[in-house]
Amino acid sequence: MELIQFAQRNHNLLLRALSEHIQMVLIALILSALLAGSLTILAMFFKRAGTIITYLFSAIYSIPSIALFALMMPVLGLGRNTAIVVLVLYNQFILLRNFITGLNEVDPAVIEAATGMGMTRTQLIFKIRIPLSLKPIFVGLRLALVSTIAIAIIAAFIGAGGIGLLITIGLETGNNNRLLWGVILSAGLGITVNAILVFIEKRIK
Amino acid sequence: MENPAVAIEYQNVVKRFKGAACNAVNGVSLSINEGEFITILGSSGCGKTTLLKMTNRLLDPDEGNIILFGENVRDVNEVLVRRRIGYAIQQVGLFPHMTIAANIATIPKLLKWDKERINARVRELTELVGLDPGEFLTRYPAQLSGGQQQRIGLARALAADPKIMLLDEPFGAIDAINRLNLQDELKRIHNSFTGGVKKTFLFVTHDISEALKLGTRVIVMNEGKVCQFDTPENIVKNPADGFVKSLIHTLRRDGPAHEVRK
Repeated sequence: MELIQFAQRNHNLLLRALSEHIQMVLIALILSALLAGSLTILAMFFKRAGTIITYLFSAIYSIPSIALFALMMPVLGLGRNTAIVVLVLYNQFILLRNFITGLNEVDPAVIEAATGMGMTRTQLIFKIRIPLSLKPIFVGLRLALVSTIAIAIIAAFIGAGGIGLLITIGLETGNNNRLLWGVILSAGLGITVNAILVFIEKRIK
Repeated sequence: MENPAVAIEYQNVVKRFKGAACNAVNGVSLSINEGEFITILGSSGCGKTTLLKMTNRLLDPDEGNIILFGENVRDVNEVLVRRRIGYAIQQVGLFPHMTIAANIATIPKLLKWDKERINARVRELTELVGLDPGEFLTRYPAQLSGGQQQRIGLARALAADPKIMLLDEPFGAIDAINRLNLQDELKRIHNSFTGGVKKTFLFVTHDISEALKLGTRVIVMNEGKVCQFDTPENIVKNPADGFVKSLIHTLRRDGPAHEVRK
């Protein structure tokens, strides 16, 4: 009851937190996809480079997020942009693994036929490998999106705003309503987005 | 009659794979005339597929040269070599995300033919391989039987009217009855180009009766070397060595149901 009253009194606060959060996540996801996409194409041409890049990002991925935020703060300062950089770095491993594996796992007979017919390496990537990897590409984006929604909560520690701010302030000031709304919004957002994307994913051949 | 042009010449071709004990192809020298239907017969691992793949530069030889119509393939861009040569494989490898029409049109599109020419060619080829264009062109590969897929695979390989066709056990995964039909049709397709100059077919198989039925000449390979290169008739009559003899023997043992091309 108290929760609902809190929301009625503070709906602007909650909506702003939610919209800040969604903005941060979307910007991070778009930049992540662009970077991972470019790196994937690079990896298709230079296998060794692909392996090295994937190892590098798996190392970054294994750093706890709060430590990575703390590590980036002295370099890039406080605020949303720093948070987005960290989120993009985290996403690379998830995206690269799904993109590269997807592109490499296209039926070898199809690849042999396409190569034997005289497709160039670029044509092979854009006409054959990518269109036949839509599912793993989409799975990568979904996993990255859900993980970004969660990690962006922690970004509030470096002043990035968003839902995480409700939680940190709620904790600091002992305001349980604020804290609980932070939890509800973040969990709700993650679960809803995932459910919608899984629904779409099942319709991709 | 003029002597036919030499379509493919192998000059002492050697290919070894990393870590292998012996050479996959071990000093093969052969000359194939334009318009011939050559079958390459051998058990698995004898080097026949390797020899085929070196012809369109899917593999490059470690030693020796391969000359196509007087041109060393080493000197030609690999992509351009492949676009001039038809290539069909056992697993077919149709593109599952494209319609049958788009599959057949692959090379003409790469070569930037205009739309009308492509459409006409696609219909012509679909009929040539014995399928109804109206029924099949808008379908996807998954909606076709194995035999129909292989017919489309052949049509796709023939699309840009290549002078040379490389066929790697194209009927290897097809049931016996369809296989016989497809063999007859392939022979018909090879013969149907008599208007101009016939295409040169290079057909890899491990099936002796298939090799003897289809080939105007047959290459028998064993352990990376050519045991015999002769007409089907001569191979049956005068096997060159013990290996060829044993092959012919299995044919006799398996019964009389074979025909030898004369």
